[in-house]
Amino acid sequence: MKTAVIVFPGSNCDRDAAVALEAAFGTAPAMIWHRDNTLPNLDLILLPGGFSYGDYLRSGAIAARSPVLRAVKEQADRGVPVIGICNGFQVLTESGLLPGVLMRNAGLKYVCRDVDLVVESTASPFMRGYKAGQRITVPVAHHDGNYFADDATLDRLEGDGRVAFRYAAHDNPNGSARNIAGILNERGNVLGMMPHPERAIDPKHCGTDGKAMFTGLVEALAA
Amino acid sequence: MKAKVHVTLKNGVLDPQGKAIGHALESLGFNGVGDVRQGKFIELDLDESDPDKARARVGEMCEKLLANTVIENYSIDLEG
Repeated sequence: MKTAVIVFPGSNCDRDAAVALEAAFGTAPAMIWHRDNTLPNLDLILLPGGFSYGDYLRSGAIAARSPVLRAVKEQADRGVPVIGICNGFQVLTESGLLPGVLMRNAGLKYVCRDVDLVVESTASPFMRGYKAGQRITVPVAHHDGNYFADDATLDRLEGDGRVAFRYAAHDNPNGSARNIAGILNERGNVLGMMPHPERAIDPKHCGTDGKAMFTGLVEALAA
Repeated sequence: MKAKVHVTLKNGVLDPQGKAIGHALESLGFNGVGDVRQGKFIELDLDESDPDKARARVGEMCEKLLANTVIENYSIDLEG
């Protein structure tokens, strides 16, 4: 299976993502530079965390208009699974692949700590390794993770089972609407999430709850 | 021709930075300041002399990049 990590100037979780993908899939992902405007046929695309283009204008705004994103959109439209983590989530909302926007954290501070998440929807390849209602602990590290969309959009996301993860009620680190930590697109093949599953795959990470996302993806894509 | 673009948060969108600025003003003794909203100002030099065309072009730039219309409004002023 062929996976890829998209690398922007300012990405800084691209290596962690590559390690997580290689551990699960057994082969190293292709590392794709932002200027590439064509992609090989892929089974999974990952947009990593970081500060693409220095967060200029708005987090993810410039990356969302980069040449490689056009190619990512084409593959997403064909049904290829795309996961955006942290800055990758911001890029997905800015590019229109996911609705809403990630605003400055309500507390105005950069937050870097473990958070408790509740698995909401398991109806996508990303969630194969999890059970609905399951609680997991995964770290967040962001300044702009405050998910916002109008009420009609939020109702639609909830009604269609497109909320993938919520922060546990006591543990919303950023003021996100309805405690939303991750959402899916309509078709279920694009996931954006602020927490970092790739930083919780090894006992040395103080937690391994993120691992099931990657091993679950291997299972789902092989099926 | 110069275009001056103001990007502001829509009404109803929480602006914690604006709130923090308001609190700081208050702590400096500036009383009587109500709601504070923070936005962005972007200045563009255009090689366009027709104001209608310039406005249309900058409007498209705002829709496609300069503003995130989920949460932001924009206004365009032309000069020269």
